[in-house]
Amino acid sequence: MSKTLVEKIWDAHVVKSEVGFPDILYIDTHLIHEVTSPQAFDGLRKRGLPVFRPQQTVATADHNVPTLNQLQPIKEELSRYQVDMLTKNCAEFGIELYGLGHPFQGIVHVIGPELGITLPGKTMVCGDSHTSTHGAFGAIAFGIGTSQVEQVFATQCLLQQKPKTMKIEVNGELGQGVTAKDIILYIIAKISAAGGTGYFIEYAGSTIEALSMEARMTICNMSIEMGARGGLIAPDQTTFDYIKGREFAPAGEEWDKSLAYWKTLYSDADAQFDSVLTFDATDISPMITYGTNPGMGMGIAEHIPSTASQVSSEQASFQKALDYMGIEQDTELVGKPIDYVFIGSCTNSRMEDLREVAEFVKGRQKAENVTVWIVPGSKQIEQQAIAEGLDKIFEAAGFQLREPGCSACLGMNEDKIPAGKYCVSTSNRNFEGRQGPDSRTFLASPLTAAAAAITGRVTDVRTLLNESAHA
Amino acid sequence: MRKFEKLTSAIVPLNIENIDTDQIIPARFLKATTREGFGENLFRDWRYNGDNTLKTDFVLNNPAFKGRILVAGKNFGCGSSREHAAWAIQDAGFDVVISSFFADIFKGNALNNGLLPIQVSDEFLAEIFSTVGQDNTAPLDVDLEAQTVTNVVTGSKTDFEINPYKKSCLINGYDDIDFILNQKQLVVEFEQNR
Repeated sequence: MSKTLVEKIWDAHVVKSEVGFPDILYIDTHLIHEVTSPQAFDGLRKRGLPVFRPQQTVATADHNVPTLNQLQPIKEELSRYQVDMLTKNCAEFGIELYGLGHPFQGIVHVIGPELGITLPGKTMVCGDSHTSTHGAFGAIAFGIGTSQVEQVFATQCLLQQKPKTMKIEVNGELGQGVTAKDIILYIIAKISAAGGTGYFIEYAGSTIEALSMEARMTICNMSIEMGARGGLIAPDQTTFDYIKGREFAPAGEEWDKSLAYWKTLYSDADAQFDSVLTFDATDISPMITYGTNPGMGMGIAEHIPSTASQVSSEQASFQKALDYMGIEQDTELVGKPIDYVFIGSCTNSRMEDLREVAEFVKGRQKAENVTVWIVPGSKQIEQQAIAEGLDKIFEAAGFQLREPGCSACLGMNEDKIPAGKYCVSTSNRNFEGRQGPDSRTFLASPLTAAAAAITGRVTDVRTLLNESAHA
Repeated sequence: MRKFEKLTSAIVPLNIENIDTDQIIPARFLKATTREGFGENLFRDWRYNGDNTLKTDFVLNNPAFKGRILVAGKNFGCGSSREHAAWAIQDAGFDVVISSFFADIFKGNALNNGLLPIQVSDEFLAEIFSTVGQDNTAPLDVDLEAQTVTNVVTGSKTDFEINPYKKSCLINGYDDIDFILNQKQLVVEFEQNR
């Protein structure tokens, strides 16, 4: 029988399937961090249970670690306590920890792929909604709550209903200044912040196939922002080339065996999806969000929609969002002065993002009124950026290259956007207060964020790209 | 987990759509390492001014609205996987959340903690908001066994769906870990046979 990619991976991991009950799904890899794990470890202690398969669990500290002077004891007491608890819990339960000071430390969704832990055909979970990132490799990867973290600790399994499947096809060539982040912001703007709820999404089509692994991770990362449980992309030569030679990737005979299996991981031509959507890459321009959920996005040159154009039941919420953001319906965002630029997060903190930004800002200077933070996704990326001299380029432009962590994506550490200030951010959420109480976030690609840093305003990056072409 | 069967209670209406988990419990309050005490910071930035005084116009601060049922607009609980959102709602004294649409992870987290998420139609939700607009003590009757919600004032009644396994977990007060632990031998066999 023909199957979708999700069905192939799912079915290979079902320990037990019984009518009237969720499936018992086997989890290959469990990623944990300091925020959503302490109560799960506590639960194990209360039940008197060990971690069933500690060698299939990997831990890092990322959500509330400082991005300056990372190796000094963390100043903020509760953050320090939470990171210390993770260290203590991992030692007690025999889990490998890439904590502060470890060369592998970084954002959990950045280090998994970087270390070759994330592989095609795996089931992977983490107490973090952006676990969907790992789907870029053709894995079933999704975020879970703390009770489920405890469940995976105790049993290496989860009780799960088989999700519905959706295929999102994007075909055609991307225009100038349009990147993976713009593709996903465009899709979310089209189908809304709830448009994928209940589904696992497979991204396909010529545009997706032409993307690098890092760009694919950006796409899958934001699947959750349309409500989907996860997103994934069938593995191909791009995937295999990326994995080969990484720290924990299979090698030798194991590689050949793995590769043969990975090559079977695609949706059969006649597989049935519960829903199929198709988009044309040439319709996508650099995107920016104007509101307080990731579905409130538009092409950067467009006007903010009018409140009256919204469904009547949604007009009050829409207006509330515009009021929070301090912007008017039916106006342009281009030219709006901004205060901060944050380039980082599990969406856009990878080497490719940093290289792209460096290439763009080389020889340019940030606007005086703007603070620019570049926060790499991992220690390895930070080191690589320095090895390539990107730190010098950033410094010359007035950008600060900091140490790795989740940082101003959610402001659990000191990196917060002050009340009322505007930030162009490469992160994945523009919720009210996400980057700090009463902060205002415009989500955009690294390129668009870099352009805003240079001009101090919301800017259509294409105008600057053309400028440099003429220079 | 506590057992859940029936509940008749007034409601707290929160007629806002797309309420994300960052509003339910902002990230800066996720630093606790136990499950208790999150209720204090439920809807923190909607409930408190910057100087920690109460915002009097927010419904949770209005003593006229008291109840164990939170009723919210469409797409409730979108965003993060933080289970702290469910803990905060429960810790603040709610047993049920009603909306016309829930985000997946939030719904799962709620059920895993004995907080019952009930999805009703847009029309039924609008009627609840309208009823409570006229009488802030208007009660709802929730019957998990029968899977029904009744607007006691108008008499309107609707069925709601819940996974039968999850329903039995709520009614009997047991959880997924108990369920899988009982079948651990199958897990070991699965590992050996792959």
